[in-house]
Amino acid sequence: MEHVLEADNLGKRYGGRWALRDCTLRLPAGRVAALVGPNGVGKSTLLHLAVGLLRPDAGAVRVFGAAPYENTAVLAEIGFVAQDTPVYRDFTADELVRMGGKVNRRWDATLARARLAQLGIPPRRPVGRLSGGQRAQVALALALAKRPRLLLLLDEPVASLDPLARRDFLQSLMGSVAETGTTVLLSSHILADLERACDHLVVLQDGKVRLSGDVDDIVAEHRQLVGPRHLPLDGVGTVVRARHTDRQSTLLVRTDRPLRDPSWTEHELSLEDLILAYLADRDTPANHEAWGVPA
Amino acid sequence: MLVIEFVLDGRSKTNTYLQLVEQVKQALRVGLLGPGDQLPKVRDVAQSLAINPNTVLKAYRELEIEGLAQGRPGVGTFVTRTLAGDSLANQADLRLEFLAWLRKAQAAGLTDEDVSALVDTTIRAVRQADALQGGFS
Repeated sequence: MEHVLEADNLGKRYGGRWALRDCTLRLPAGRVAALVGPNGVGKSTLLHLAVGLLRPDAGAVRVFGAAPYENTAVLAEIGFVAQDTPVYRDFTADELVRMGGKVNRRWDATLARARLAQLGIPPRRPVGRLSGGQRAQVALALALAKRPRLLLLLDEPVASLDPLARRDFLQSLMGSVAETGTTVLLSSHILADLERACDHLVVLQDGKVRLSGDVDDIVAEHRQLVGPRHLPLDGVGTVVRARHTDRQSTLLVRTDRPLRDPSWTEHELSLEDLILAYLADRDTPANHEAWGVPA
Repeated sequence: MLVIEFVLDGRSKTNTYLQLVEQVKQALRVGLLGPGDQLPKVRDVAQSLAINPNTVLKAYRELEIEGLAQGRPGVGTFVTRTLAGDSLANQADLRLEFLAWLRKAQAAGLTDEDVSALVDTTIRAVRQADALQGGFS
């Protein structure tokens, strides 16, 4: 299987703090992958490393087999839509399309114009005066005009927009993925969108990859088990998370075999539940004392 | 010509691709789709539902495996078989028998929910028995 993006023990340090550490992952070609994790977990660091805006402090990242920081040629293959869809706000959409043609080796201005016309974007108004949704569409159209083989979208550029604009954006994105077969890596907080749009998942936590793989496989392998407390755990698979009351245990397990012990009741998990369970699995101790309230 | 349009049930626990497969089968059963009809283009489904195109491809592949549709490279996916016809004609008898049974159930005090639950658990039990007989362990 061809891998578009590969990271091996990738790390990036800001001062003494590791923003990303021991990050190892493979993104197969043709996938739409979701990059999920809490704020400050290293998602934007990972994407910035992938587009050569940052240089790794440890390990390596390769895009189409080349290290992006050293090989600027590979950047022609990557489309990047950064957080808050930064475009030059004083320029009009039409000017941005023409400008793209001057600074990129491969540039499909016809495609960009056709997309923007289809969406009813005004060509001659400064993009700073367009709505947030329209601006996001301009940024996407510009990224796609490069005809990239890998498209990176940081913090799903429309996450802050209204639901309709977000849906329009995802529709445009999925339509163009169907047309071009571009591999996409999309970081987002909106888990419900991801469940439909993505077929590959990468969960980052504390600067490391917690979970990565095909969405259908991941969902099929995870189960929630509810049963009496103190049941033996052998044969249930890998316990991801366990919660207990005096009488009952609730487990999130990962396993590839059917469950044999009938004392457990099995529940299926949605992708959203599963991601939340992984993300919630970290130790943040309560601090009643600091708040001066009784525990 | 657009023959059918897919909709997704946002609350359904069923996989998106299986929802698409089911909708095609349902359209085949009621005769909305028949042999020769073209299924909506992958790109159009992906865009209108804002879903991953691979999900649509997976659904169409499933229909191909079940022998209900066939992909023509560069053209699209076409229906090759119908699920209406024979079975629909034979359903009249079954429907009458079921109706008689349903009246008995009502007379016995079963609500609609009771009947649905009974049908569901019986289907599951039969499936399980079949699976066991098939040497599945």
